[in-house]
Amino acid sequence: MNALTFTLKIKPQQRIDCSPLTPDNLAGKSIANIAAIELQSGKKKLHVDAVFSISGDDASHIVIKKSRSKLDYIGCGMETGRISVHGDAGSYLGFQMAGGEIILHGNADAFAASGMAGGIIHIHGNVGDFLAAAIAGDRKGMQGGTVIVTGNAGDRVGDQMRRGILLIEGNAGSYCASRMLAGTIGVLGTVGDYIGYGMRHGTLLLTKTPALHATMQDCGLHTLPFLGLMFKSFGNLPSKFAKISKTRVQRYAGDLANDGKGEILVLK
Amino acid sequence: MILNGVQIDDTFAEAFNMRGTRVIITAQNLKWARHAANAITGFATSVIGCGVEAGIERELSKKETPDGRPGITIIMFAMGSAVLMKQLETRVGQCILTCPTAAAFSGIEGNDRINLGKNLRFFGDGFQTSKLFGGKRYWRIPVMDGEFICEETTGMVRAIGGGNFLIQATSQPQALTAAEAAIEAMRKIPNVIMPFPGGVVRSGSKVGSRYKGLFASTNDAFCPTLKGITKTELTPEIESVMEIVIDGLTEADIRKATRVGIAAVCKLGAKKGVKRISAGNYGGKLGQFQFHLHDIMKDKKLSDGKP
Repeated sequence: MNALTFTLKIKPQQRIDCSPLTPDNLAGKSIANIAAIELQSGKKKLHVDAVFSISGDDASHIVIKKSRSKLDYIGCGMETGRISVHGDAGSYLGFQMAGGEIILHGNADAFAASGMAGGIIHIHGNVGDFLAAAIAGDRKGMQGGTVIVTGNAGDRVGDQMRRGILLIEGNAGSYCASRMLAGTIGVLGTVGDYIGYGMRHGTLLLTKTPALHATMQDCGLHTLPFLGLMFKSFGNLPSKFAKISKTRVQRYAGDLANDGKGEILVLK
Repeated sequence: MILNGVQIDDTFAEAFNMRGTRVIITAQNLKWARHAANAITGFATSVIGCGVEAGIERELSKKETPDGRPGITIIMFAMGSAVLMKQLETRVGQCILTCPTAAAFSGIEGNDRINLGKNLRFFGDGFQTSKLFGGKRYWRIPVMDGEFICEETTGMVRAIGGGNFLIQATSQPQALTAAEAAIEAMRKIPNVIMPFPGGVVRSGSKVGSRYKGLFASTNDAFCPTLKGITKTELTPEIESVMEIVIDGLTEADIRKATRVGIAAVCKLGAKKGVKRISAGNYGGKLGQFQFHLHDIMKDKKLSDGKP
């Protein structure tokens, strides 16, 4: 069986909601049935075959080729299977994803992994603002699973993130881990201003000491055995984080303006 | 059956259903993991007086432990799940939480999960924090040496306690030497512990007593100094008897440990003063499992150590 492949054949003028194209939703459907699925694009509904050339038959592995940043909600709510995206993805990549795997060979737009509860998203590129953050009206961002970003991330990474692991191998923008509720964020590169602003709980792991605002407090230099546990659990992940074995960190706690139980750990 | 001059009685050990769990203890080095393991398995020789029976199973290398530090596995058994849960929590709280650099992790899978650090976390007084890695929750509790790491739960399984055999020798040093040889061989078998001091018990008991309120008392039939005044099980040349009690996760584990232990004793042979091997039972009326010595020694599948 060959992977079910959607090759983008138009240059979209409007954003297209690709949320129906998940392994769970397409399992057992014929090409004709899949072609007839309607995708919301602005105020129009477009049939799948008006947007994509379709080939293959294995719905457990979906491939999107020539993808562009107008394709929103790729992998929305998916529970099983794999989606490989070649090209850029739009906003809300893996929105409320519960399981399975998304591999993006390109850049993603805003709100990737928002509401994600399980599975893994591997972004071989950069990602926009609000990675793993809560959408307006939601009180929690990402609630589980793992996201690996090989490039850089925008502002507000992990805003109101509740659970899960977010590993950014490049840089992150301002307000990283703002209002974070729990979970783990790692950034190998640099971070912007106001890191951990309003952070309530959770762990932010860095390699370089950031500029800290007044309500983040230094707790000293420590060797924390839980980091050994964490890096060992990263062992199978295709990420640079899997190669870290240090457990010596400078620990900063905060945001004291919001309970102060979060921590920023800087590897030494 | 006679092996190397040692007579093996045609009898059986009687064993009971128990609940068991395993905990992995890690620390900065093996020395401190052993301190913690010794503490948590202390005063845990018999369920009669200690609530649980516990012992060290084996050492773990850095590669085998969840946090990449040296470790030790301990197994703990109790007659019921409620006792096991309570004892485990108390013992982890008093013996692992308190031990410098030590951490505790689940050492056994199973649908029945019991608390390891789930309630101990409150020692953190609000400063505790949890981390979820690979679907398992770990608690980080701030303590004076840094942080105490403890997995939230561990598994509980159905297990067996009370496998045993008795070594009868012509002198006390010879009986003890034979018991030590058995223990050394049996410690290499996974999934079993020998809960008594050094793995050996010298005070085997019978059910009941002449005194009110005592439900167990000395097994006078095997006491060598009473040979002339009681209905003894001992032949005249026997001067000392040592018992080895085995708790294991499965019947097969106890059979294997019994076989390896008896084989080690028989290897010393009658020339070293070991005359007979017997086993303790209650006539087959109380326990759910019977470990027949002849059957075990004839079982070719339990091939570790030649009989």
